[in-house]
Amino acid sequence: MAEGETESPGPKKRGPYISSVTSRSVNLMIRGVVLFFIGVFLALVLNLLQIQRNVTLFPPDVIASIFSSAWWVPPCCGTASAVIGLLYPCIDRHLGEPHKFKREWSSVMRCVAVFVGINHASAKVDFDNNIQLSLTLAALSIGLWWTFDRSRSGFGLGVGIAFLATVVTQLLVYNGVYQYTSPDFLYVRSWLPCIFFAGGITMGNIGRQLAMSTGSAPACGHPLYIRKTPFMFPLKWKEAGCRNP
Amino acid sequence: MTLTERLREKISQAFYNHGLFCASYPIPIILFTGLCILACCYPLLKLPLPGTGPVEFTTPVKDYSPPPLTSDHKPGEPNEQPEWYVGAPVAYIQQIFVKSSVSPWHKNLLAVDVFRSPLSRAFQLVEEIRNHVLKDSSGTRSLEDVCLQVTDLLPGLRKLRNLLPEHGCLLLSPGNFWQNDRERFHADPDIIRTIHQHEPKTLQTSATLKDLLFGVPGKYSGVSLYTRKRLVSYTITLVFQHYHAKFLGSLRARLMLLHPSPNCSLRAESLVHVHFKEEIGIAELIPLVTTYIILFAYIYFSTRKIDMVKSKWGLALAAVVTVLSSLLMSVGLCTLFGLTPTLNGGEIFPYLVVVIGLENVLVLTKSVVSTPVDLEVKLRIAQGLSSESWSIMKNMATELGIVLIGYFTLVPAIQEFCLFAVVGLVSDFFLQMLFFTTVLSIDIRRMELADLNKRLPPEACLPPAKPVGRPTRFERQPTVRPSMPHTITLQPSSFRNLRLPKRLRVIYFLARTRLAQRLIMAGTVVWIGILVYTDPAGLRTYLAAQVTEQSPLGEGALAPLPVPSGVLPASHPDPAFSIFPPDASKLPENQTLPGEPPEPGGLAEGVHDSPAPEVTWGPEDEELWRKLSFRHWPTLFSYYNITLAKRYVSLLPVIPVTLRLNPREALEGRHPQDGRSAWPPPRPGQGGLWEAGPKGPGTAQAQRDLTLYKVAALGLASGIVLVLLLLCLYRVLCPRNYGQPGAGPGRRRRGELPCDDYGYAPPETEIVPLVLRGHLMDIECLASDGMLLVSCCLAGHVCVWDAQTGDCLTRIPHPGQRRDSGVGSGLETQETWERLSDGGKGGPEEPGDSPPLRHRPRGPPPPALFGDQPDLTCLIDTNFSARPQLPEPAQPEPRYRAGRRAQDSAGYDFSRLVQRVYQEGGMAPVHTPALRPPSPGPTFPLAPEDEAGFPPEKSCPSLAWAPSADGSIWSLELQGSLIVVGRSSGRLEVWDAIEGTLRCSSEEVSSGITALVFLDRRIVAARLNGSLDFFSLETHTALSPLQFRGAPGRGSSPASPACSSSDRVACHLTHTVPCAHQKPITALKAAAGRLVTGSQDHTLRVFRLEDSCCLFTLQGHSGAITTVYIDQAPTPTPADHGAGQRRPRRGHLPVGRADRQPGQPHVRSPWGCHLPHLHHLVRHQQWPGRPHQHLGPQHGHQALLHPAGPGLWREPGCHLRQPAGDRRPGLCFLLGPELRGPVTDSLPGQEQRGPAGPPDPGAGQRCHCLQLWQRAQPGVRALCAGEAGLRVGLPHPSGWGARLATHGTWTGGVLSLGKAASDCPVLPHDCNIKCFFK
Repeated sequence: MAEGETESPGPKKRGPYISSVTSRSVNLMIRGVVLFFIGVFLALVLNLLQIQRNVTLFPPDVIASIFSSAWWVPPCCGTASAVIGLLYPCIDRHLGEPHKFKREWSSVMRCVAVFVGINHASAKVDFDNNIQLSLTLAALSIGLWWTFDRSRSGFGLGVGIAFLATVVTQLLVYNGVYQYTSPDFLYVRSWLPCIFFAGGITMGNIGRQLAMSTGSAPACGHPLYIRKTPFMFPLKWKEAGCRNP
Repeated sequence: MTLTERLREKISQAFYNHGLFCASYPIPIILFTGLCILACCYPLLKLPLPGTGPVEFTTPVKDYSPPPLTSDHKPGEPNEQPEWYVGAPVAYIQQIFVKSSVSPWHKNLLAVDVFRSPLSRAFQLVEEIRNHVLKDSSGTRSLEDVCLQVTDLLPGLRKLRNLLPEHGCLLLSPGNFWQNDRERFHADPDIIRTIHQHEPKTLQTSATLKDLLFGVPGKYSGVSLYTRKRLVSYTITLVFQHYHAKFLGSLRARLMLLHPSPNCSLRAESLVHVHFKEEIGIAELIPLVTTYIILFAYIYFSTRKIDMVKSKWGLALAAVVTVLSSLLMSVGLCTLFGLTPTLNGGEIFPYLVVVIGLENVLVLTKSVVSTPVDLEVKLRIAQGLSSESWSIMKNMATELGIVLIGYFTLVPAIQEFCLFAVVGLVSDFFLQMLFFTTVLSIDIRRMELADLNKRLPPEACLPPAKPVGRPTRFERQPTVRPSMPHTITLQPSSFRNLRLPKRLRVIYFLARTRLAQRLIMAGTVVWIGILVYTDPAGLRTYLAAQVTEQSPLGEGALAPLPVPSGVLPASHPDPAFSIFPPDASKLPENQTLPGEPPEPGGLAEGVHDSPAPEVTWGPEDEELWRKLSFRHWPTLFSYYNITLAKRYVSLLPVIPVTLRLNPREALEGRHPQDGRSAWPPPRPGQGGLWEAGPKGPGTAQAQRDLTLYKVAALGLASGIVLVLLLLCLYRVLCPRNYGQPGAGPGRRRRGELPCDDYGYAPPETEIVPLVLRGHLMDIECLASDGMLLVSCCLAGHVCVWDAQTGDCLTRIPHPGQRRDSGVGSGLETQETWERLSDGGKGGPEEPGDSPPLRHRPRGPPPPALFGDQPDLTCLIDTNFSARPQLPEPAQPEPRYRAGRRAQDSAGYDFSRLVQRVYQEGGMAPVHTPALRPPSPGPTFPLAPEDEAGFPPEKSCPSLAWAPSADGSIWSLELQGSLIVVGRSSGRLEVWDAIEGTLRCSSEEVSSGITALVFLDRRIVAARLNGSLDFFSLETHTALSPLQFRGAPGRGSSPASPACSSSDRVACHLTHTVPCAHQKPITALKAAAGRLVTGSQDHTLRVFRLEDSCCLFTLQGHSGAITTVYIDQAPTPTPADHGAGQRRPRRGHLPVGRADRQPGQPHVRSPWGCHLPHLHHLVRHQQWPGRPHQHLGPQHGHQALLHPAGPGLWREPGCHLRQPAGDRRPGLCFLLGPELRGPVTDSLPGQEQRGPAGPPDPGAGQRCHCLQLWQRAQPGVRALCAGEAGLRVGLPHPSGWGARLATHGTWTGGVLSLGKAASDCPVLPHDCNIKCFFK
């Protein structure tokens, strides 16, 4: 569904990263592949966390099974993350409000780290009861959104993703594909939506960053020069020179 | 709202002050911060290594039973038992702790006796334990039944095979060293070697064999020759598989009965279960590694944003250090206040870092580097801090709030995390404010202007566009210099640096920082230290020996020992029995055991021999196993392939055993070799330090003295070595002290720069100036060669000083007269004036103003000239009135002068002569009034006249008095003992500095000498009219090898008559450059065979000293050159100059490094060679507001035009683009003879050619040079030089329309060509054009 909506990634200009690929579809594909692999990697790692704590039970022999019987999980997560990562910048553009908040790779990495931390906490921290755990994780996820996103579209999309993903998981568990050890939210754990929400925000962040580094050429000069410096003046034609060689 | 504003204001102010403070005292602050970090991290020493430390759980011994296999604790009930406390432990470990001593100590006992017989008792104890059998109602139980039966050792441990038990009970005792064979022990001549032979030489973290068998940490065992206490302790470790309370109790009771410990206060009532964490497996590792990867990516992307600083990596490191040490501090602080971390530190660490973040640091850096560069560093830091203070505080508050919310989730793990995070945030803030800010200030201080410009794109240095209405006061300056096809190719030195290959840069970096040496040195020191310390024959034993030796041997050593026992008197009454009443009651039953204690007498003897018990048991002995390595038990079990990971062992309370041996037993237990007087030195290093046993009572004392001396000497030596090492370390770590300021190359480099604007404050030193008094007017010129100092004041007096002492050696106007005119009375002055006039022909010691008197015939002074005489008076009067401290001479003198002027007419005749000279020379002296200070003489009545007389001064030379007649001194140079003086009259004089005599003079040009260079017998005088005169100085006795080839005849003739008979110095004019500059030459510097002139016509020129050939013309300043500086370095690089009213700066004007362009002859240094085939058009523009500018091919505003080949500028780039809004005039074309070739279409950027380009048919295809400068003259679009001539294109509405072919002076006020060009109807190829297009 995502491919249909992300039809106009905008005119691509030169840049140091993926943006050197000027073709729109190729660019889109590269971004998708990058996001897919990020998703696969995160899914593997986070699953391992859950498996260690016996949160999820895959059919027998946990560690070995992660590559065999549960082979479908990482690809699913990868696809989902690719879709989400492409969806976010697309929606931004459609809404006409490009995301400008903390658009830096360091911020994105911080976001990813917090996401992994939320997962870690959900797997390892012993809570008294599941309500507490869920509330805490929900607060953490909202905090994640507020810290790194702060866009309404991001929030809405995140909620939607969380809902959708929870429903899908319920269906899967209901059909006996796998199960959770101590389900308290129908068939799954109650903190699952929070995790999905945080994951959506994170993948969206990555996707936006990828799209941004392609969508706009980075300034020729260092951005620092533009700020308050007395040397600002010549930058204009320096930049102009770099943009149209 | 207003509250917020006020808060903001206050925060900003506080940050500002704090920034000032940090930048002012960087070193103390960093030291203080380091101390804080260390102090806060100190509690961390007590923590086990993160993640692998064992966890303990204590249960009482009473009613102990192994926990059930499955955890029965419900989630609801309080969880007092740890999760892992399920099922039986791997093993129960019983340690029998033996403390043994020989008492009383006799003087004739050897050091070996301390431990030989106590160790021998281990065999007996082991025997007792092995034979212990419990008989009760349930049957007989021996040790074999309950102990942990072990099988083979791991195959890799074959060499331990004889030492560790196999196939049987796991029972460890020191006797295992001798295979539990008493005979072997007694036959062992060197026990210590046996014990230590399995010790690893290197640093070891896990348990060593000695630790395993002794069961106590090595330093507590006492098995050493140098122990002071002579107390041997070891344990016999029993490992049980099952917990059999009765058996254990009986064993304990029996042992305690056999070897009672009377003052034992051990409270053996708890079992300690030690849980060992799992070894980290791959499943745990992957998420961990992932988080760390994310962490590093975060750090990488964050620190990548640091820019515009001197050392990016240094700052990044500082940022990371800030975060990490804040975390460490937080953990340390939490530990200090009693919070024991339960979370796995390695797991939560990345999240803590991410939560704390590097953002503040980056924001800080950004804000600081974006402050104006020309501020002082302190102010920059302060400004940067204060501008970001609000956001930093806001962020901080937000984060704290979030984390505090997390604290109220009431989940213990999250609470702990939040606690750490809060403390970490606070300490991170602390470190940011103190540590990082200071580091940043140091970094900014280190940043030099050059670095700044290197990083900035060169265009970034441009000032904002000037308003269009810039005063265009540039006049045409047509100059034609034949045979100088030169090119100025500019390449700044910094670009040269940039082009260095990476490999070279790395090497330079290594060489500069001496990194390798320092690393090697530090490594060596550390290595040696480790070696020395850990080697058994090393420092540790030496120090121990020292301690032992220095303490009085014999009975005295025992004196302090009973004290600890006195400390615990209350615990004396048999605590063991009171604690274990059931065990004690069982004692009688167990008496039926076999194996009676073989030597019960020893105990009794020992007891009654030492009434003061020296073996004490304190609470610390109970937990002695804690002092073992925490890998102790895992190591032991791993030898038998039993893993303790995720399992636990239970440690039973220690059984204390006290053995007291009397000296007789000790003597009996001796090995025959022990008794020898000369202990067989098993190791050469240690042999000398064995405590020399008392071979006989007589020799013992002497031996001991000798050893004492040896040890003292060794100690001294080692102390010295230690101090030296520390010194080396200090040097290594503090490279700042490597040299005095200015010594090192780096220092020198830094010192050359104008530091004040860039924050480098030179060290403050108090300098008491040497005041040289004697001049009456403002000092105008000053020259020094280090030894001598020559000064000249406006009055024309030259003083020669000794630069060291400050003595006035010579005054060039006659000393007597000089002094009189200054402070003397009027009468004296009159006399001297008379004497002056009389003895004018007398000699060279006459005042400097009078030399013409000597060789010019005196004529009667025309009265008309006297009318102008007041000029002299006014000069002197001005002088005196200007000095209020000398009012007395100032008052009478004018009157006197005025009166005297009539009668002393003879004294002034030289002025007439001077006038005649001028008339003869046919040149009117040119004076610019600006260079002479206007006489501020409102006090004397003749001032108006003087003022009136000033303008005509040029035309009427007679108005001046002596200084004026000969001219006031405008320039001065000193070399050796010769002073060269250039006067406003155009006269050049050479004086002897020591004698004060005139050696020669030369005056054939009447234009004032504005600047002088005196270099190697060569004098260059720059005239006011812009001409340059090159003189050569010859002494007749020693002919200079530097004499000029082909001395021009014109210059030498008039110069000679100045020399007196005794004079051997002659001054020849060798070259004259008549019109070197269009305006007065103001600055002149020479070095390395080149002469650089700077003029008021905004240009600099480089001449060759030998033949006065003009090599380059440097245009670029938009104001008059005021000063020039040449780097004196052998490699001639930059000429420095200042323009306008700015003070001189180091301007990187690297004249003549050619750009290496493809297809272009490579150009070498301009100083050494002609560059005949290079044709660049270079414009060097310098503008006010920016200190200097690098010129290079990358410069957008620089018009580099190379018409020689079409390939030259083929690659389009930013560098040839003309800034659209640029309105700076000034363009210099230098066209060489090779200006041929179809370059019409290969010219630089399109913008330069105008919209239509120059399809100029009139110029033919050979248009060589094209440039346009529509800014200066809006009409002119382009200038072409070709075979058809030089053309100037004018813009036309239709494009490239109207054109003006010219080979003459185009009088449109725009362009003028020189003579040579204008003479040629069509420009010949060898004809150079130089046009100034202003």
